[in-house]
Amino acid sequence: MSAINFAPPENMEVVYERPESLAETHTHYCPGCTHGVSHRLLAEAFDELGLREKAILVASVGCSVFSYKYFDVDSCEAAHGRAPAMATGLKRVNPDAAVVTYQGDGDLASIGIAEVIHAATRGENITVIFINNAIYGMTGGQMAPTSLPGQKTNSSPFGRNVEMTGYPMRVTELLSQLDGTAYAVRRSLHDAKNIRKAKKAVLTALQTQMAGLGFSIVEMLSSCPTNWGMTPEEALDWVESEMIPYYPLGDYKVADSVANLDGGKRR
Amino acid sequence: MQEELLFAGFGGQGVMFVGQLLAYAAMDQGYEVTWIPSYGPEMRGGTAHCYVVISDKPIGSPVVRNPKVAIAFNKPSYEKYEGLVAEGGLIAYNASLIETQGERKDIDQIAVPATSLADELGNLKLANIVMLGALLTVRPVLTLDAIREALDAHIPSHRRNLLPLNLQALDKGAAVVADRLAT
Amino acid sequence: MAKEMLKGNVAIAEAALRAGLEAYFGYPITPQTELLEHLSKRMIELDRVFLQAESEVAAVNMVYGAASAGVRVMSSSSSPGVSLMQEGLSYIAGSEVPTVLVDIMRGGPGLGNILPSQGDYFQVTRSAGHGDYRPIVLAPASVQEAIDFTVMAFDLAEKYRHIVIVAADGQIGQMMEPAELPPMREVRKERPDWALTGAEGRDPNVITSIYLKGEEMEAFNLKIQEKLSEIRRSEPRWYEFQTEDLDMLVVGFGTAGRIAYTAVEMARERGMKVGLLRPQTLWPFPEERLSQLADEIESVLVVEMNAGQMLEDVRLAVGGQIPVGFYGRMGGVVPMPDEILEAIEGHYNRLTVRTVRT
Repeated sequence: MSAINFAPPENMEVVYERPESLAETHTHYCPGCTHGVSHRLLAEAFDELGLREKAILVASVGCSVFSYKYFDVDSCEAAHGRAPAMATGLKRVNPDAAVVTYQGDGDLASIGIAEVIHAATRGENITVIFINNAIYGMTGGQMAPTSLPGQKTNSSPFGRNVEMTGYPMRVTELLSQLDGTAYAVRRSLHDAKNIRKAKKAVLTALQTQMAGLGFSIVEMLSSCPTNWGMTPEEALDWVESEMIPYYPLGDYKVADSVANLDGGKRR
Repeated sequence: MQEELLFAGFGGQGVMFVGQLLAYAAMDQGYEVTWIPSYGPEMRGGTAHCYVVISDKPIGSPVVRNPKVAIAFNKPSYEKYEGLVAEGGLIAYNASLIETQGERKDIDQIAVPATSLADELGNLKLANIVMLGALLTVRPVLTLDAIREALDAHIPSHRRNLLPLNLQALDKGAAVVADRLAT
Repeated sequence: MAKEMLKGNVAIAEAALRAGLEAYFGYPITPQTELLEHLSKRMIELDRVFLQAESEVAAVNMVYGAASAGVRVMSSSSSPGVSLMQEGLSYIAGSEVPTVLVDIMRGGPGLGNILPSQGDYFQVTRSAGHGDYRPIVLAPASVQEAIDFTVMAFDLAEKYRHIVIVAADGQIGQMMEPAELPPMREVRKERPDWALTGAEGRDPNVITSIYLKGEEMEAFNLKIQEKLSEIRRSEPRWYEFQTEDLDMLVVGFGTAGRIAYTAVEMARERGMKVGLLRPQTLWPFPEERLSQLADEIESVLVVEMNAGQMLEDVRLAVGGQIPVGFYGRMGGVVPMPDEILEAIEGHYNRLTVRTVRT
């Protein structure tokens, strides 16, 4: 593979650049996929909080399986669903590190629900970035625990029948019930305004961890044009029109200690 | 020299502890020793047993089919193990709870009213130490002094106030079988 | 240091701690629970990491995380729990992070029971997760060996960046014997250069077991195989008893090997030329020594507390040169010396008959 020239052209002002915490490489994500956005948000947050040299990223199994290649930080690749357990091991012996899991809905809400619930209830000082796009991406578009009622996927070809397959799982609401959870919010990546809100949430989540306040999770409603069978634009519209009504955006748990971060001026 | 002993009784009768006490004493006297418990659900109210093997050379098997010595604290244990004692061996049993004349004549049968004697001391839980005192008097696997030293050295600190009573129980067990030595 | 009366499970826990154990993650299961309980107290007293996980699945992945940070870490479990850990073990092998696991084996299959068994021989020496690798497996037969092998496990795990499993049956976990503990070692301050600690002043480290391209995955596999070959050459350990002037060899590990020792003593007293080989490493199996002995003797009898698992390794080592007999008890039944003696006599007499005929 030929090297990519990331240097800015001469005599031009740099107004937008790659965060230091992102690696100089292309990603494998599909056109229109929002993983690129959420990666960038996390990398910017690492940079802004000066955490690049303290960060340990725990990648998971799903489309983001190679996310460890895309960040210029210490990183590893967990078994499917086990990222919060692996992160627990890493954090307990590296208490000063910023340990972050990056998990999709199949990984976190299906095979790994036990691990994330117990990490949360222990108040494990880790941050979970939860990408909810209501489908299994890597395996090619099967039903996820977060797929919407009636949603057609490659394993629910007649639309998700909730009487047969149960109901979509609202993970952030669920985890917000646990005493160990300090910060649990849902954001969306479907437009610029919401992306900026998501960025602030990632910053707060990392600050929560670094202040030792407990478990933090930022759920990001994301699009999967390829497996939804839509254009990127249609997919963003679908997030707004179909997903948000089922998964309302908002702050589900902000512990007082988190609200008081930065002298009461939360970002 | 190798001695193999089986202690058996209800959970709660101090079967495990008395086996351990003997094992500690054996270790302190410089012998090789193994202690193996039965473990698991049977410990909750059922019968429990432990094996103690004491030897002056490295011990291979810590379990034996036909132990030279068995100590039965209750009837089910007596019924289960009397038949297993090696020929020429010995079974000591808690005569307060086990009414028997003994089926086998090829082994020594030592009746010790351990529970009654412990009751006289005001603590039923000392029946195990009474049995040990009697056993070692009849068959000096180790000396009573070795047990006294082991009690002193290994009794848990929160039970230390019970040490004098334990020593009395040991003597009481020894006294009750003293006549067997004379004969 | 003087000998103390120690229960196997407690001895292993204390030995690990004294070997500089920095983090422990586990889940209660009989008959290993005293190990976890002992560490729940001692690790906290020493300001080290102890965590009771929500499952063995989580425990092994917590171990994976801490091992990726380059610290001395272990877990312990018993057979059904080790089944649950298979996934994590495979990832650990594929990431080459040093890890120690203690398996206090119990009766199976299924929920089985909590009695002593050696039914995990295949599980620990063969599968231990998907993919091509074998963990180093140490099999103690006494409380002292349990201590010594636990300490050795950490050294071997770090030397080869590999999984080391201490496989003992429930009887060794539960029994008490006088044994000597090693001196206390502090936890190591420095971390290996590959460890995940945060990339302060260096290039980032990555720990992963994924190689999408066939050629890359094969190259990694070849690297593992090379490491395993070195282990196979350097690390077999075993104990021998009465192997001079020998007609027949008894082979058994752990508790079965120890009880067989007594049976061999009894057989010698009866004039049979019988000896014992007790493998202390189940993988690497002491195949070379066994093969040497097979050249000199008439037959082998394998004794196990399972349906004949190590038996396959013995047959491979012997290579059809001489007959291999088997005596096993299953389901948590511990064989008594006299029944092993009977098996020895039966096997030995057939041997005599055959020798006379030829």
